[in-house]
Amino acid sequence: MTSTTADLRPPRSEVGVVGWLRKNLFSSPMNAILTVIGIWIIWTVVNAVAHWAFANATWDGTSGKDCTWPGAGACWPFIKAKFSQFMYGRYPEPQRWRVDLTYVLAIIGLVPLMIPRIPGKLFNTIYMLVFFPIAAFLLLVGGYFGLPYVPTELWGGLLVTLVVASVGIAGAFPLGILLALGRRSRMPIVRWVSVGFIEIVRGVPLITVLFMASVMLPLFLPEGMTIDKLMRALIMVALFSAAYLAEVIRGGLQAIPRGQFEAADALGLTYAQKMGLIVLPQALKLVIPGIVNTFIGLFKDTSLVLIIGIFDLLGIVQLNQTDANWFSPSTGMTGYVFAGLVFWIFCFGMSRYSLFIERRLAESDKR
Amino acid sequence: MTATTNRQGPGPLVPPAKPSLLYRPEFRQAVYQILLVVGLVAGFWAIAHNVSENLARQNIASGFGFWNRTSGFDISQSLITYNNQSTYGQAFWAGLFNTLLVAALGVVFATLLGFIIGIGRLSSNWLIARLCGAYVETLRNLPLLLQLFFWYFAVLKNLPGPRQSIVLPAGATLNVRGLYIPAPVPEQGFNAVLIAFAMGIVASIGVYMWARRRQLATGERFPVLWTTLALILLLPGAVYIALGQPLGWEYPVLRGFNFQGGIPIQPELMALVVGLSTYTASFIAEIVRAGIAGVPRGQREAANALGLSSGLTMRLVVIPQALRIIIPPLTSQYLNLAKNSSLAVAIGYPDFVSVFTGTVLNQTGQAVEVILLTMLVFLTISLITSAFMNWFNKHIALVER
Repeated sequence: MTSTTADLRPPRSEVGVVGWLRKNLFSSPMNAILTVIGIWIIWTVVNAVAHWAFANATWDGTSGKDCTWPGAGACWPFIKAKFSQFMYGRYPEPQRWRVDLTYVLAIIGLVPLMIPRIPGKLFNTIYMLVFFPIAAFLLLVGGYFGLPYVPTELWGGLLVTLVVASVGIAGAFPLGILLALGRRSRMPIVRWVSVGFIEIVRGVPLITVLFMASVMLPLFLPEGMTIDKLMRALIMVALFSAAYLAEVIRGGLQAIPRGQFEAADALGLTYAQKMGLIVLPQALKLVIPGIVNTFIGLFKDTSLVLIIGIFDLLGIVQLNQTDANWFSPSTGMTGYVFAGLVFWIFCFGMSRYSLFIERRLAESDKR
Repeated sequence: MTATTNRQGPGPLVPPAKPSLLYRPEFRQAVYQILLVVGLVAGFWAIAHNVSENLARQNIASGFGFWNRTSGFDISQSLITYNNQSTYGQAFWAGLFNTLLVAALGVVFATLLGFIIGIGRLSSNWLIARLCGAYVETLRNLPLLLQLFFWYFAVLKNLPGPRQSIVLPAGATLNVRGLYIPAPVPEQGFNAVLIAFAMGIVASIGVYMWARRRQLATGERFPVLWTTLALILLLPGAVYIALGQPLGWEYPVLRGFNFQGGIPIQPELMALVVGLSTYTASFIAEIVRAGIAGVPRGQREAANALGLSSGLTMRLVVIPQALRIIIPPLTSQYLNLAKNSSLAVAIGYPDFVSVFTGTVLNQTGQAVEVILLTMLVFLTISLITSAFMNWFNKHIALVER
């Protein structure tokens, strides 16, 4: 025995490209058929998309007529012409730097907040919770410091999508925490009220809540008092997401070991100190992925505000379909694909972030 | 503290002083709860007061008197008899049945598609697993409303007109007005086939119960699946052929500008069902994948060691345990689907929200009653669905020792 088994190379059919193909694509007749079907699906989809978006697409033009020819694909000049509307709505053009500046301020605060390695989280949080909302409000609404007032009716596009989603989640946060604590309270009435609110809100679709914002909320107010339409939608969206957030936070509260509560009690901390200093910081950290997922859901749901006549990104795309100048068979598809891409990039990015945090938490759990 | 110090000291034993009322938890809790109730009652009272004043000023009636008044509007598709002479109450039911129809169709298709894709993601075939992953990541990261618009405005509304209809197999036709499928027309004697079908189902249940009892008593298995399939399919099939095929088909035919005959399916309904089920399927696929992946490896290996075939391993070992993980989140997906069906209002399908919360509210102006009823309906649907799924969950849950 001069050669041991260790010296023999594995059969060629088991390693390398061939081995990989055999193992992963053609391990059985059934798998081979599936692989062929899969290749066919990919080919059809890629072929159709490439033809529609590139080969047969219209790249230049000034109206829908340029995009109307037999076999025409995407109508890209439509996006080019309407791009700034899709981003800002009817926000007055000379004032649009204010929106951009708000985005920059948000990014300055958010990026270091999202990267766990960067220190100074406390300062960062204060910036995001106190300074940024005030600055964003002053910048976007205006009316102070010589900035002209921009009524919210003029807002639209991606700006409204981002405003509704982020104000919705930020506004929902305090109420969500209170509801989650209330649901676990030992006081029966507090518990019933919290459970009732959470379950009723989670049981009805967002559309009915938005209908309520547009027709019922004005009835609730005393005579002569009106609230801005966007504001009404924001209030309702915040109340709506508070119920969902409360359930996410409750999950985090339940994951905190009993000993933490008891230790806080033993130290003689009051309820507020116990929750604010011991329990909530741990619980909220645990549910960051859940909160991000709720935010993704809310971000997608903001498109529903178009039903009550507020034009978010999807709403403004839909509105521009009716522009007679840009009428063509492919205008609609082009608009939806554009809006879809924007939504997808945001949602996919956030879901990856939530996965990243989840893995990090799982790793720190292992120790 | 005082008690301990007193015991050590020479003096007599003094019971600890009762804390003042202000520091007693029961008292504080009572105060908090009373404050909460007072606040809520005051809030509701203020709102009710404002509402009644506002309604009086706008001359809007209150109460449910509108229920029996003539609605005066048409509904493009209804499962119950409804026309513009019907009452608001009938409009309520017409809309509700349309919502239930969409929800039922959506649940069936979403579950089928979701299970296929979820299992596909765990496939040993690399390409299939990636394809299913791409499906999930694409669809669940796009707003449902966008997908509905896409299906309705960009796909179905761009189809050719009736004269250039796309001809589908089995006599179905697809055009911009919708999908037309052949309608079955029962002829004389068809009832016998239905009776045979019912008998087949009853007999199958009997066979199932007998086989179960026998297996418990003797351990012998009986091919229940094949027997019941034969009973349910072959029995009515035999009767059908014996009676000379008493079922005709009415095919849609182009007459004038439109198709007549057959069963027409509106593009609105199609867009809604396709959009809802493909969207929800992407969530169900993730749930199924997590459920199957959540069954410990050892279970599979133990089944293999016992010599079970891969089919039996799946059916008897993996799936029963995976279902335990799958059912609760699946329930909430079904509820989401039912709630999301309300997006019908955006593409003009006459579902409950569109008919009742939209049109009826606009015509009567009675926002409070209409919105309360809407919420009540959705809460009822939620409660019934969760009650059923809880029952089902309890039924299939493994009894743990």
